Amino acid sequence: MLLIHCPYCEQDLPELEFAYAGEAHIARPADPSKLTDEEWRDFLFIRTNPKGVHFERWRHVNGCARFFNAVRETVGDKFLATYRADEPRPDISSLTGDAK
Amino acid sequence: MTSYRLQGRGRVDHGKPVNFTFDGKTYQGLAGDTLASALLANGVHLMGRSFKYHRPRGVVSAGSDEPNALMGTRRGPGRFEPNTRATIQEIREGLEAASQNRWPSLAFDMGAINDNLGSLFSAGFYYKTFMWPRAFWDRVYEPVIRNAAGLGVSPTEPDADSYASRFAHVDVLVVGAGPAGLAAALAAGRSGASVMLVDENAEVGGTLLSEPTVVIDGQPAWDWLAATVAELDGLANVQVMPRTTAIGYYHQNLVGLAQRLTDHLAAPPEGAPRERMWKVRAKEVVLAQGALEKPLVFDGNDRPGVMLASAAQTYLNRYGVKVGDRPAIVTAHDSAWHAAFDLAGAGAKPVVIVDMRASVDPALTDRAHALGIEALLGRTVTGTAGRLRVTSLRVNRMEGGKAGEPRDIGCDAVLMCGGWTPCLHLFSHTQGKLAWDEALQVYLPGRKTEAVQIAGAGRGLWSIAASLGDGANAGAAAARDVGLEAEAPVFGVAADRTGSGITLKELPTDRDPAKAKAFIDFQNDVTAKDIRLAVREGMRSIEHVKRYTTNGMATDQGKMSNINGLMIASDALGKAPPQVGLTTFRPPYSPTTFGTFAGYHQDATFEVTRKTPIDPWAEANGAVFEPVALWRRAWFFPKPGEDMHAAVGRECRGARASVGIFDASTLGKIEVVGPDAVTFMERMYTNPWAKLGVGRCRYGLLLGEDGFIRDDGVIGRIAEDRFHVTTTTGGAARVLNMMEDYLQTEWPDLKVWLTSTTEQWAVVALQGPNARKLLEPFVEGLDISAEAFPHMAVAECTVAGFPARLFRVSFTGELGFEVNVPARHGRALWETLWQAGQQYDICPYGTETMHVLRAEKGYIIVGQDTDGTLTPGDAGLTWAIGKAKPDFVGKRSLTRPDMVAKGRKQLVGLLTEDPKVVLQEGAQIVADPAQPKPMTMIGHVTSSYWSDALGRSIAMAVVVDGRERDGQTLHIPMPGGTITAKVVKSTAFLDPENRRLSA
Ligand SMILES: [Zn+2]
Repeated sequence: MLLIHCPYCEQDLPELEFAYAGEAHIARPADPSKLTDEEWRDFLFIRTNPKGVHFERWRHVNGCARFFNAVRETVGDKFLATYRADEPRPDISSLTGDAK
Repeated sequence: MTSYRLQGRGRVDHGKPVNFTFDGKTYQGLAGDTLASALLANGVHLMGRSFKYHRPRGVVSAGSDEPNALMGTRRGPGRFEPNTRATIQEIREGLEAASQNRWPSLAFDMGAINDNLGSLFSAGFYYKTFMWPRAFWDRVYEPVIRNAAGLGVSPTEPDADSYASRFAHVDVLVVGAGPAGLAAALAAGRSGASVMLVDENAEVGGTLLSEPTVVIDGQPAWDWLAATVAELDGLANVQVMPRTTAIGYYHQNLVGLAQRLTDHLAAPPEGAPRERMWKVRAKEVVLAQGALEKPLVFDGNDRPGVMLASAAQTYLNRYGVKVGDRPAIVTAHDSAWHAAFDLAGAGAKPVVIVDMRASVDPALTDRAHALGIEALLGRTVTGTAGRLRVTSLRVNRMEGGKAGEPRDIGCDAVLMCGGWTPCLHLFSHTQGKLAWDEALQVYLPGRKTEAVQIAGAGRGLWSIAASLGDGANAGAAAARDVGLEAEAPVFGVAADRTGSGITLKELPTDRDPAKAKAFIDFQNDVTAKDIRLAVREGMRSIEHVKRYTTNGMATDQGKMSNINGLMIASDALGKAPPQVGLTTFRPPYSPTTFGTFAGYHQDATFEVTRKTPIDPWAEANGAVFEPVALWRRAWFFPKPGEDMHAAVGRECRGARASVGIFDASTLGKIEVVGPDAVTFMERMYTNPWAKLGVGRCRYGLLLGEDGFIRDDGVIGRIAEDRFHVTTTTGGAARVLNMMEDYLQTEWPDLKVWLTSTTEQWAVVALQGPNARKLLEPFVEGLDISAEAFPHMAVAECTVAGFPARLFRVSFTGELGFEVNVPARHGRALWETLWQAGQQYDICPYGTETMHVLRAEKGYIIVGQDTDGTLTPGDAGLTWAIGKAKPDFVGKRSLTRPDMVAKGRKQLVGLLTEDPKVVLQEGAQIVADPAQPKPMTMIGHVTSSYWSDALGRSIAMAVVVDGRERDGQTLHIPMPGGTITAKVVKSTAFLDPENRRLSA
């Protein structure tokens, strides 16, 4: 059971309080009617599913109920960072220590 | 006492006899015995039958790695456990144990015929034997497999015990209380760190319990142990927990511990939990789990009386039990020599020490000669004899790498040692890498992923001196890592028995290796030739070899078999062991009861049952209940003598003829409030909301972004900036989550607040032509006449003196009202209306009648008539879409090519040709019943009821291009014959003009 840092509660809390909510930084298009079928398909279904660093959404559902974003390394299953939903994607190299 | 118990020896209490039974026979052991040691003291070696071949088996080990001595243990009704390890279970007065996997008796077992059918059960037999013919599956293979599968029998009664769970946070968790673990706990404990020291055995001490002759700091091992335990017990910051198995090592140093609390007690305290699950979050973990001894792999190495040398040493020194009078020792490691010496010192007469190595430390052979034990070097072992107990050993000289002339040596026990495997199961749980050590021929811990130290034999350190020192260093390092000052204590050790050895594959034989039963995995009956066969048949990965042969897949998780299997597989593959790799260890470390995992989550605390404020009335009035999501809802209210069919028919008539009363409190309710509430509703739901007046309601349809129906419900506009949203009973939490998601992450600029109000409101529905007449006298502050308060009106008012939100809505097709009052008034409102309703023969109805009434009107239930693949178009709900709206959740998906293509399943009505036949919900529909099997299924029945109002059955179904099939006859093949039914485009079976609900 992971400990997850809620960026709103500012505490490390057990995974039981949280729910995963899919990949992060996939904004709903402002005007979906302008999208081609392929673009809309990509928005709906196509996800990166990386082996390694993944930007993803979590919800502190049994706590403050806020949605937030997280950077998780999927091989070792470790959180590198969590941040508020309105904050930009953090720089990976600063989190993993490799400046590549 | 028998001749196998040595007076005054061991840590058992010779003054405290304990009686227990095994297979119905009473035996006596001593306090401190395990089941295995007590049986051995009685001369009983035969303790079980193997899984596949039903071969007679004796105890092999003295610990949790035991593959053979698994028993059913019982303590009265509801307290039966299969597969209890006799090597771990302590005896207690009255303990009942029974052997497993045998019929009719342990000594004579019919299943042993499998032993002669070995060729049928070779590697991959699951995959080969049960392939064909197809028809054999149902009648032969499956019953046979089910009958043979699994060791032991499942308990048949509910578990009468209770279980506990607890969280703990410590600086340092030490797993294993042998020399390394004790030293680590001392070092960390003295630094002031909070320390938890756990050990799976009944007593801490590990190897020291079996090695009393070692001297530590000038004290005999057991005196040093007592002093150390006393010091640890005296430290308030240290908790020592025997009988506690670390079962799993999870992320961020969370370790699961299963603690056995009462299984060793003759009379547990009333109400005491049987086991407790600890979830320990440790800043630092020290793994000091020691090493596991490997068997040697030779024909007949599974005969009762053949066991690990270290086990014999443990039975002797810890339990005062001699496993035999004339043991033979076969070994590839120095450690077994000491077992022989200890046995000789205790009065046994070891007949021979057979070492696979051509030369050993002369000190060992000298000692053997001095004790009169024959020592044979550079030999191989090629067989054993004896039916239910070993009687002789077949030993061959090695000549030019081949087994030469054999010699039979009589014995009553064979003590084997194939070297040692560092126990790294928990380390593997953390995805820690294992590194092959070429010199030691073992896997050692490599790269770490957690804040963990491995100490002692787990790092390939075989001596007690080295383990003590290593443990002390690990404990001190752990304490320093949590910011404390710590020093590693230094220990002076004398009479230590350091040893070394070699790692082997199966032993060479002069006999036909294809006939040899040289076991690797005793519990799953996997032999050396099975591994070689798997490789010959194309298995290359060790994971495939494991699954094909089932090696290491028994309940001991390959504790004994893993490395032997790997050595043989890598030899067969012609690769070095690290190139072949090791299978993955997974939690739990040893079998753990379901009760321990469940903890307090039993019965009512396993899953809550949600009840409405009106539930007690329903219970008092004879309701039959059904679960709906977590709710318990009144299903129907049978009168004396009525079955469900009769009760539902009466309830339907009651509602349609006069007035029915229904508890609708479980409906999900969400209050959507704020200046941007209407904008939010416009974006979330398909329907238009901007023009919905205050005081009006609308049916709302919610889609996912993929365009499929997610939920629906009536939504009332209470004020310009306030909506009362209802959802399906099961969908409330999901809908709120979805709304929150969009509000928080897509449209954070909207000023909207969402509140779950499901449990704030009790909802009483009155449905039927007399609903208004009944309700009107109780309503204050509102005119509810047909003109002033039409269908789909909502208003705040007072009902029966309670503040209320009154909806004029109908899920039955009748004139209907839903009265929402604060939950605490729900029961009183219900009783008031119930009393007043007597003059109208008011009829309480349950969810079944609600379903029938709505189906007669063709109203769908999301989740029953839809399944997550239906669009509004498929469900015939395009009227609920706000055509002029530029966007709403799911809108764009409705024009994707596949969503508008032909061939989609559409919701239609189905009327059976025989009106008396009620279709089965879920039944598949075909167009042509004469087509060959497998038939093309074009849809299925989603709802089906007997309609009292229509005097016939009705059904709803999703069917490919269903609406185009209006009037077509379709077929529903059932086991009793094919049913024919006609498609009707409209699902409104009753009053399609809606005259009744507009009354
Ligand atoms: Zn939070």
